[in-house]
Amino acid sequence: MSPGQSETHSSAPARWSAMPRAVIARIRVREFGVVMAFVAMLIALSLLSDRFLSVSNLSNVVQQSAVIAIVGFGMTAVILASGIDLSVGSVLALTAAVAATWMQSGVDPWLAALGALALGAGIGALTGLVIAWSGIQDFIATLAALSVYRGLTLLHTGGYPITGEAMFAFSTAFAYSSILGVPTPILVVVATMAVLLFLLRMTALGRSIYAVGGNREAAFLSGIPVRGIRVLVYAISGLCAALAGLVLAGRLASAQPTAGAGLELDAIAAVVIGGTSLFGGRGGVLGTLIGALIMGTLLNGMNLLDVNAFYQQVIKGLVILAAVLIDRRPEGG
Amino acid sequence: MRRLFVLVATSALVFALSLGGAQQITLGLSVSTLNNPFFVTLRDGALDAARSAGVTLIVLDAQDSPAKQLNDVQDLIQRRVSAILLNPTDAAALVPAVLQANRAGVPVITVDRAVAGGEVVAHIASDNVAGGRQAAEFIAQQLNGQGSIVMLEGIPGTSAARDRGTGFREGLTKYPGLRLIASQPANFDRAQGLNVMQNILQAQPRIDAVFAQNDEMALGAIQAIRTANRTGIMVVGFDAIPDAVAAVMDGRMAATIAQQPAKMGQLGVETAVGYLRGGTVSIPVDLQLVVR
Repeated sequence: MSPGQSETHSSAPARWSAMPRAVIARIRVREFGVVMAFVAMLIALSLLSDRFLSVSNLSNVVQQSAVIAIVGFGMTAVILASGIDLSVGSVLALTAAVAATWMQSGVDPWLAALGALALGAGIGALTGLVIAWSGIQDFIATLAALSVYRGLTLLHTGGYPITGEAMFAFSTAFAYSSILGVPTPILVVVATMAVLLFLLRMTALGRSIYAVGGNREAAFLSGIPVRGIRVLVYAISGLCAALAGLVLAGRLASAQPTAGAGLELDAIAAVVIGGTSLFGGRGGVLGTLIGALIMGTLLNGMNLLDVNAFYQQVIKGLVILAAVLIDRRPEGG
Repeated sequence: MRRLFVLVATSALVFALSLGGAQQITLGLSVSTLNNPFFVTLRDGALDAARSAGVTLIVLDAQDSPAKQLNDVQDLIQRRVSAILLNPTDAAALVPAVLQANRAGVPVITVDRAVAGGEVVAHIASDNVAGGRQAAEFIAQQLNGQGSIVMLEGIPGTSAARDRGTGFREGLTKYPGLRLIASQPANFDRAQGLNVMQNILQAQPRIDAVFAQNDEMALGAIQAIRTANRTGIMVVGFDAIPDAVAAVMDGRMAATIAQQPAKMGQLGVETAVGYLRGGTVSIPVDLQLVVR
């Protein structure tokens, strides 16, 4: 049985080094349905609310979806390798809190940010090591990690948000600045997606990730370092969580002790809506971006239309459910 | 299959529209959470005042999430509301939101809790410091100036929690016989109040009084005390929500510091309307002590 059943990769290595055009064509076929759904939402919302289609609102929507999108990209890598990472929200909070502490005590913001990213990758790798070597199920292991890292965050912050002059300066310089007219957080999202897209679609490493997720046994038998790949995807997830933490801390000019609570579910939702299979081996980050945008647009639209907050929760859940149901493909070759 | 998804999503939105309100000259109220009866009353006061003044009021619930509240405020600005009534989930985290409103020329009035920066037209809140002091005074009198006291704190980072804590501690300094043996955050939440109180009961063999910075936590603490079969512990809350007033009346709670949330909401709307028609106001809202 060949690894995976989708058109995103084939069993013949030769096709992977084919022209970029072929890859792009495959991407289009895969994610087209989700894009169509997204466009339909945009059209519907612009008809229902005259405030929706303004540049400022659309810019808001993308920025509001940024945190979920970035965490979602990391989550995509993990899910593609048939894992799951429930600890992303806690990692986000912990790395942001540490970065904020450093910034507040005078460390250069760039350095502090890089430190946070390294910390995130390190924490992720640690989680991955535990999972790959102990054989504990990733659901349980990352659930435990969720608790541990959240607890560490609360210990570190004392339950108080970390804020001050340095954080306000960071906020203005990072979250509320723009480069060539494009808000910086949007550029961060695009850059992260581009890097992961390249990694997943254009490198042997990426192919290995899909392979591990599609059929772990077969991947192992074909010489792919399965354990190493599993550690890698968790490291990527941790790195993305830390990056998202910086974006969020920038938006809120503070590191909140409860930051990212529940974010893992939103990230998984974005990944699933985007078409990546929870069983692994199928999907990609482009879909996740659309998934995050669909969720962000939905919430923004409901705010613009003045929908009661409690109904917003219900509708959000129903849309996720609908997306998963629609995306189910019949199993088997 | 994809078309079905499109249909479902679009239907969901059309359904949402049928639930939505009108969009005319409007005020926007961004409330921290509607899970707390205090803020429900505040919202209701605001809605009543809006109805009398003939303006529309949009209410967005941030569910105690600063990130969501930032998005809510941004969306209110998008909707070109005439003014924003903001009840911040966190004093620092909402500063960027206030700054954005300032830049967009939308006046901001903070209600019940303050923000740490940005320009605010008016701030409508109880004097939480005075309220904390009042609670300390009451406990001191009841205990004759001697005893061990526990405090349950609200969400760290809110001005309400900070001010009530400050006031309470200030009030205690006059009574050296009163010792604050534990002070823990329970985030203004009843379930957390119960859990934290249970843990403190385990750790402290002798407790004479508990001051909870809001009634929700106080009610949780009362539950914890009862379950642990401890006696002789008086509980004082803050807010005077209906459940708490009932508890005071039948003796389960010793006292609560009554705010006037409905009036706060009402004043918020009235101040906004008054400002938009010319003028500035800053109004402290009176506190009362509710005892049986």
